[in-house]
Amino acid sequence: MLKKRIIPCLDIRNRKVTKGVKFQNNVDLGDPVEMAVAYSDGGADELVFYDITASAERRRIDIEMVREIGKVIHIPFAVGGGLRTLEDMYDVLDAGAEKVSVNSLAVEDPNIIGEMSRALGRQNVVLGMDPVRTDDPACPSGYEITTRGFREHTGMDALEWAKRAEELGAGEIVVNSVDADGTREGFELTLTGLIATGVGIPVVASGGAGTPRHLIDVFQQAHADAAIVASMVHMGHYTIAEIKAELSAAGVPVREKW
Amino acid sequence: MIAIVDYHAGNLVSVQLALSYLGVPSVITRDPEVVAKADRVIFPGVGAAGAAMRHLAELHLAEPLRQALADRKPFLGICLGTQVIFAHSAEDGGVDCLRILPGDVRRFQSADPLCKIPEMGWNTVEIRRRHPLLEGIEDATEFYFVHSYYPVPADDALIIGTTGYAGVQFASVVGRDNLVAVQFHPERSGRYGLQLLRNFAEWEGVC
Repeated sequence: MLKKRIIPCLDIRNRKVTKGVKFQNNVDLGDPVEMAVAYSDGGADELVFYDITASAERRRIDIEMVREIGKVIHIPFAVGGGLRTLEDMYDVLDAGAEKVSVNSLAVEDPNIIGEMSRALGRQNVVLGMDPVRTDDPACPSGYEITTRGFREHTGMDALEWAKRAEELGAGEIVVNSVDADGTREGFELTLTGLIATGVGIPVVASGGAGTPRHLIDVFQQAHADAAIVASMVHMGHYTIAEIKAELSAAGVPVREKW
Repeated sequence: MIAIVDYHAGNLVSVQLALSYLGVPSVITRDPEVVAKADRVIFPGVGAAGAAMRHLAELHLAEPLRQALADRKPFLGICLGTQVIFAHSAEDGGVDCLRILPGDVRRFQSADPLCKIPEMGWNTVEIRRRHPLLEGIEDATEFYFVHSYYPVPADDALIIGTTGYAGVQFASVVGRDNLVAVQFHPERSGRYGLQLLRNFAEWEGVC
């Protein structure tokens, strides 16, 4: 049986793993390569790295760091942030990453999703999205896509965007709830369920994980294929093994041998 | 030296990174002569079967692959490489493949919209018979899969391990003689994937 994936997310700033709430008040947590090895050895099913300042600083992603990670871990990992050209994306895959993730770039130029899919292979293309709750009738799903670290509203409906991204060639969608991000109060189950049941490609829930119960809920109630964890593991509140033990006890299939 | 065969079928660097981590020398090559000189061959790949068969023809790689098998070199297929070893694939409207093993490759069909295609993630391999490649790997160990199609060997004796997805229990490890082929990605499958690659690097091609 296919297992539900647990994916620690490492936000990178100045080559340090960092964590903020709603992209603010960031504190440094450690070295990305060391943390990658620790999570990989500790039972994480996949990792995701976001270079959170590359885009704002208009610089390329730290490819040397990706290369170092690729040498030492042998589970899939995705890289995002500051990827603007297919060449950048090739470099990331060539450094050992499994997937590249785009977010604001795809909103600005949706055709990049198709170009990536054809050039890199669909399964390597992750669309990240940052939806926020809205009562704007232009967004019938009740969620609007934001970009640039939640700063810009686009008027785009989250569910429609997810379906369009699937059609254009995305291989997987990471749904990061703006409302839940960094709160540790649980995933946005309505939003996650809406997208997970609305598209035929895997959906990764993101934002709000604070306890193993939150992961159980997002898998059992919102049908996520995978879930991103950050603070709850970065701050040492839980290990991946502890999370998996609780998931397993609740009947959620998780990888047990690592 | 292990030749990792490059036929424009996706990114192969992760295979080489895993071997380097194990201290096993390898070369990514599309040169038939390099394949001919290698001690062992890894035939990986992601992507579509139609393009893969076209590229193998253009690069004149099908013959060296057959020769490596005939020469009893240990040979490992991975993912798409495994699929095109069979006679036929349903992908791209139907593609004749290398016909090294009897059988065909079919697409997952799922009536359940929550059963996503491709299968992406970790799934267990149920070991049907022991094989040197699986030394040190317990039954029901999880490996990392990304695929929409799966092999259906015509001969059950080829099946070494199976995996369940979308209502089928498909052959995820197959082989005979010096050939072994897996549907998952050992290079992405953590410690047990590395174990499998280490086993391959030490295997003499006899089982």
